[in-house]
Amino acid sequence: MIVRTGQQIIASGRYQTLNPWLEVEKIREDFPIFKEKIYGKPLVYLDNAATTQKPQSVIDATIHFYSRDNSNIHRGVHLLSQRATEAYEHARVKVQRFLNAAESREIIFVRSVTEAINLVAQTYGRKHVEAGDEVLISAMEHHSNIVPWQMLCEEKGAALRVIPINDDGELLLEEYEKLLNSQTRLVAVVHLSNALGTINPVKEIIEMAHQWKVPVLVDGAQAAAHLEVDVQDLDCDFYAFSGHKLYGPTGVGILYGKADLLDSLPPYQGGGDMIRSVTFEKTIYNVLPYKFEAGTPNVAGGIGLGVAIDYVNEIGLSNIAAYENELLSYATEQLCGIPRLRFIGTAHQKASVLSFVIEGVHAHDVGTILDQEGIAVRTGHHCAQPVMARFQVPATARASVAFYNTRDEIDVLVKAIHKVIEVFK
Amino acid sequence: MSYLDDLYQEIILDHSKKPRNFKELSDANHKADGYNPLCGDKVSVYLKLEDGFVEDISFMGSGCAISTASASLMTQTLKGKSLGEIETLFKNFHNLVTGKSSASTELGKLAVFHGVSQFPVRVKCATLVWHTLQAAIKSKPETVSTE
Repeated sequence: MIVRTGQQIIASGRYQTLNPWLEVEKIREDFPIFKEKIYGKPLVYLDNAATTQKPQSVIDATIHFYSRDNSNIHRGVHLLSQRATEAYEHARVKVQRFLNAAESREIIFVRSVTEAINLVAQTYGRKHVEAGDEVLISAMEHHSNIVPWQMLCEEKGAALRVIPINDDGELLLEEYEKLLNSQTRLVAVVHLSNALGTINPVKEIIEMAHQWKVPVLVDGAQAAAHLEVDVQDLDCDFYAFSGHKLYGPTGVGILYGKADLLDSLPPYQGGGDMIRSVTFEKTIYNVLPYKFEAGTPNVAGGIGLGVAIDYVNEIGLSNIAAYENELLSYATEQLCGIPRLRFIGTAHQKASVLSFVIEGVHAHDVGTILDQEGIAVRTGHHCAQPVMARFQVPATARASVAFYNTRDEIDVLVKAIHKVIEVFK
Repeated sequence: MSYLDDLYQEIILDHSKKPRNFKELSDANHKADGYNPLCGDKVSVYLKLEDGFVEDISFMGSGCAISTASASLMTQTLKGKSLGEIETLFKNFHNLVTGKSSASTELGKLAVFHGVSQFPVRVKCATLVWHTLQAAIKSKPETVSTE
């Protein structure tokens, strides 16, 4: 059992708990990777924005599927196919509940958030965006929420408009309001920025777009693991997240879309599973969600994602968010005191991500020195080159926390950054 | 000496902070731009070749300590060298940073980069400027603009 009441907690040992509702020491035992030594040192994994580690239950689920249930899903009359189909479709229902979607047919399995966004660009975009129209994104988007729209706009002769951000890395909502107009066909914004850590006010963004009858796609790649998401409360039209950033396997992602909207769209890819009947003259497409799921999917990945959601639910996203928030505050305080260090991304509403630069030291040199201490952070442009350009830095070092990280690990990070400064004095 | 001390030797840190020949060359007759899209490192090499010898060489750009120091030390080393000598040096340098061979005497100061071989992901940092140099040599002469 991971969750305990405040009175039961006695903070002791190496992994002192921050939040009375989370017992991190026990949680870490669920993740076999933390037994790994990096150059003989304990692994300090602070690259959670790139991908998260997997609990044993997720690893076991994948092994179980391939050892016991492996079969192709749908249409099989034999037992294994039935078991595989049932497990896969059960995972879809878990995702539906996780996002509080109204129906499970609104949950489309894809490969990644990147594929989800491309799916919307190639179906909704191709159907509704025409020459002279506009697609609205923000200045803090990941390349995966820029390039598909650029490709679409180029093809259609439409324009890509960008909501600017301030020096703290927050969206300028008044500018956003001015950018919305009768030519706007879609708004695509990130929920939690991977490069800056900013939490965007997506509910407000969606409300404003809906006043113009413009649908909104929310890129939840980072958000799903750190914030509670309720797609009905948000009233968002599309929401995308990926399994591997939510403690699940790589190669599986989710696109949520409102049923009516998805129903009205043409298919994305043609092939098996997305059809009802095929003749050489005409093909009738399958119903939702299968219309958008051509070809054999990542069955083990989908099942693994369902188990990852179980794991997260057991701890509770509100507990996770509260714990991570405290850890982020602690890390911010500790890093604040380091000379020559400057944060990139200082929004009032933030989660998980600490992006920083050290004067006179390139991010890659920071990354190499931290790595030697067993610390995994990401260095570079984080697939958000326009963000780097906005803040006039070539690259940043980024530490991103998850609920299995500890204050002790932040202390190791701070010590290692002091070492960086010592080397480059 | 730890791997880290081996990588960030004093001479490398010195050249990364105060890169030599860090300027545009107004009378260059060859130029090329190098870019590593993975890390965003950028370097431009300016070369003045006369009868197959390096009369002058410089560079501009932005990058990590390893790539900046590599560019700085490369430009220092190559002044007065022939194209044939450059080819041999690059081969030796590449073998050094990839750990295929130890430093040969003709590498001179460039031997300080031997520590890179312990950091496979940093090999590209050390070699970006050399690849750019090769592109500069192959570029058509007298097409360089320093605008």
